[in-house]
Amino acid sequence: MKKEKYNSFYALLLIIGIWYILYFTVDSSIITSPGAVIRVFLMNFSSEILPHLLMSFYRIFVAVAISLFLGVGIGLLTGMHKKIDKFLSPLIYLLYPIPKIAFLPVFMLLFGLGDRSKIILLIVIVIFQIIVTTRDGVRGIDSNYFASARSLGMDRIDIYRHLVFPAVLPGILTALRITIGTSIAVLFFAENFAVKYGIGYYIMNSWSMVNYLKMYSGIIAVSLLGYFLFKGIDWLENKYCSWQKISDKF
Amino acid sequence: MIEVKNLNFAYQKERVLNNINFQLEEGKSLAIIGPSGCGKTTLLYLLAGLEQADQGEIKIKSKLISGIRENTGVILQDYGLFPWKTVYHNLALGLKIRGCAKKQIEKKVNLALKRLKISEFKNKYPAELSGGQKQRVAVGRSLVLAPDLLLMDEPFSALDALTREEMQNLILEIHSRDNFSFVLVTHDIAEAAFLGHKIAVIREGQIVNILSNPHFGQKNLREKEEFFELQKKLRKQMTLEYGGENQHEKREV
Repeated sequence: MKKEKYNSFYALLLIIGIWYILYFTVDSSIITSPGAVIRVFLMNFSSEILPHLLMSFYRIFVAVAISLFLGVGIGLLTGMHKKIDKFLSPLIYLLYPIPKIAFLPVFMLLFGLGDRSKIILLIVIVIFQIIVTTRDGVRGIDSNYFASARSLGMDRIDIYRHLVFPAVLPGILTALRITIGTSIAVLFFAENFAVKYGIGYYIMNSWSMVNYLKMYSGIIAVSLLGYFLFKGIDWLENKYCSWQKISDKF
Repeated sequence: MIEVKNLNFAYQKERVLNNINFQLEEGKSLAIIGPSGCGKTTLLYLLAGLEQADQGEIKIKSKLISGIRENTGVILQDYGLFPWKTVYHNLALGLKIRGCAKKQIEKKVNLALKRLKISEFKNKYPAELSGGQKQRVAVGRSLVLAPDLLLMDEPFSALDALTREEMQNLILEIHSRDNFSFVLVTHDIAEAAFLGHKIAVIREGQIVNILSNPHFGQKNLREKEEFFELQKKLRKQMTLEYGGENQHEKREV
């Protein structure tokens, strides 16, 4: 635990160090002093930044929760049932590579300018990663485990509960880590259209008003949002997949 | 206990088992021995109800087998322990599936852990255990269900010689106390000679001979001449072509 804290502190120092080097070497007002940015960030955090951050967190949380629910469900079904996989895989392979972000105008027309269109955009981007990871995780389970489960008298639901889900959970959490990064990047883009709250809006609005200190404060807030989301996934992994770290060690 | 008649099984048009017939009395053991790929694991899976025969029938306690049987314990080749469950929860799983009450599960699992001398590992994951300890957990997971039939698929093949003998002794000890029947699939001649009341030699999907082992369970059997004689006989059976002397001996048995 202490070591982890030290690692985070080391990363923070390194980033601030590089930032200072850029500040002193690049002769441009767009690279502001880290010290000044941190001061503005602390000063404005609760009054200005927090409402924007919470709004973005809400959009990511809802989108990821829905994507997990649907994605894991579809992934388990496609992994366990060849017929469903045969039907769904071509659809997944055709839709997965499409740059879904281009559909934001379509979603805004169909689902309104509010949160719904942004959340749906996030879902269609995130869900494929979760489906594919879950399905491949199921396919990778050693057939001996299924024989072992059946020999114990497990029915289909027991097999999902005691074998399939625990086996694919580490993969789902890895997919979640990747998709969280993607979600934040996509949300930053989506929050530039027809919103008044959201950290993407806050950053771009500060930039358009040439307030670089606030713009960087928003960027710090995004970084912190990602950091705490990743830490949350780490916590879930430690709680529910601690066996995997032990397996890796031995 | 077990009655197998005219059993045939093919996997994707490839015949794996051909006209298998044998009987095993209650409380007795059968060791099935043969080279890799001879169909012995398939036969065990059929007895466990994990596979369905194409032809023929398997009766256990006079009941035709068509699926998994509640009182049959199965120990698979690579132990079949779930890596995400601790030793305690691996042992408790079968009882949980059968709807046992939590307190009853706790009592039965703790008793099995104690009997198998693995209580100190109850909160560890399988990856933290040695091969012998994992094997004890696998044995415990089956025994906790109080089976009347235990099926084992090369259970000790991954263990070193000393641990293997220790586990074989443990099986004998538990068998003499609990008096269940067991079927053991192995490619180890000494193991078959030590653990089988009957020893079925299987080759290319056919039982070429079933030998009786009158020395089963004798004290210090491994050091006795009869044990080596039996092994010699088995080795001969395994290397001889099917027919001739084999068929003659089969009739004798």
